[in-house]
Amino acid sequence: MGSGPGEHLHVEGDSPLHRLPAHVKLIGLVAFVLAVVAVPSPAHAVLAGLLLLAVGLVLATRVPARHVLPRLAVETPFAVFALVLPFVAVGPQVELGPVSVSQTGLTAAVALLLKGTTGVLAAVAFAVTTRPRDLVRALQHLRVPDPLVLIASFMVRYVDVVADQLRRMKVARASRGFSARSVRAWPVLAAGTGALFIRSYERGERVHLAMVSRGWTGRMPMTSPLTATRRDWATGLAPALVAAVAAATVMMVP
Amino acid sequence: MHVPDGFLDAPTSVATGVVAAGVVGASLVRASRRELDERTAPLAGLVAVFVFAAQMVNFPVGAGTSGHLLGAALAAVLVGPATATLCLTVVLAVQAFLFADGGVTALGTNVLLMGVVGVWVGYGVARAVLSVLPRRLPSIPVAGAVGAAVSVPVAALAFTGLYAVGGAAPIPLGSLATAMVGWHLLIGLGEAAITFLAVSSIVAARPDLVHVARGRMPALELRTPEVVA
Repeated sequence: MGSGPGEHLHVEGDSPLHRLPAHVKLIGLVAFVLAVVAVPSPAHAVLAGLLLLAVGLVLATRVPARHVLPRLAVETPFAVFALVLPFVAVGPQVELGPVSVSQTGLTAAVALLLKGTTGVLAAVAFAVTTRPRDLVRALQHLRVPDPLVLIASFMVRYVDVVADQLRRMKVARASRGFSARSVRAWPVLAAGTGALFIRSYERGERVHLAMVSRGWTGRMPMTSPLTATRRDWATGLAPALVAAVAAATVMMVP
Repeated sequence: MHVPDGFLDAPTSVATGVVAAGVVGASLVRASRRELDERTAPLAGLVAVFVFAAQMVNFPVGAGTSGHLLGAALAAVLVGPATATLCLTVVLAVQAFLFADGGVTALGTNVLLMGVVGVWVGYGVARAVLSVLPRRLPSIPVAGAVGAAVSVPVAALAFTGLYAVGGAAPIPLGSLATAMVGWHLLIGLGEAAITFLAVSSIVAARPDLVHVARGRMPALELRTPEVVA
């Protein structure tokens, strides 16, 4: 459970995926994963094919594997759930080696692993090729309400600043002989969290005042809006189209 | 804790997305009227960063394992429920799109479970507890802790409900609910302890920043030395 290491996935590069406008990629990603999720669970071969497509997308980013592979760890709790699923689900039983497991549970577990991994790979392909700033521009372009876009833009701007502050507090604790080993460390860590809140809030106040003094009126000016050609849209939506056709085919042909 | 893609079927994912978008829209209205105006967006942004960073602090549990804060009830108590919903929505979206953490199609589900159920149950319970405790500042961390302790298993129960509607495999619902709620009662206790300690430290230093402390601050009195005639 939880958010992994606090570092952005984005890696500079010049692959076709890097060059696609962010809003096209965002819509293409959501549509692709939604179509993959819509594929009926028993169609394992189709799901495996779509997984290969997602692997192809990650390879097309030309980003080294060491950036990508650790990300798959976020799936671990649900992989454990998938492994347990055949043993707890109800339905007709099948023999699998020495044990007897639920047929429907087994089908669902394999589909779950395939779909979940495809989703993570597609999201990684998006994340490594999209600058955080471009994600915010894409949200703005897609008419997400202003307050959410603003919160997101401050988040990507200050996440490293606050993470650094957190790191300095950790170094300060360690240099005074503190090490978090047991539950007895919780009061210190929680007080640190409280101090982090006060510091973040006060930083927000300072940023707000600095912006007001520079003429802030409540809306970010839109500089260099995103544009996309038909070709961009065709490229960005191609994986989603493949997945949608696959899902529709499986549903039509039982 | 983040639901990945494929865990719930496509119709359920879309439906939770629509419901989550509706609640986030209502929170936008409420936040702009009662908690912050558009000009104070930097404050909300930094609170979102704080929630994200607070989730990176590892609290050792023992035997080499550690857990981390979920922060829904904490954020609701500190900045008010509508702002907290907006902040958690953005945190979850950034985690899904920039960190590949939590499914892209499950974003609506995750927002609904943590940003809506976690925040509003935590806030409602904290308010209810505050109404029976004495009107003093030390009551606030207690109320926040109870809110956190309740909100985590309720969110787990909400997930069980969603799974019953659009789950991947038929599991006896009774045993799923028992396992989910039982496990999350423990997580909720940890969450409650951290929330209590963190809110205590903030109430001690800057009670004026805590949303639920509004109206509970001791009235300041102006003292001047007696004028010597």
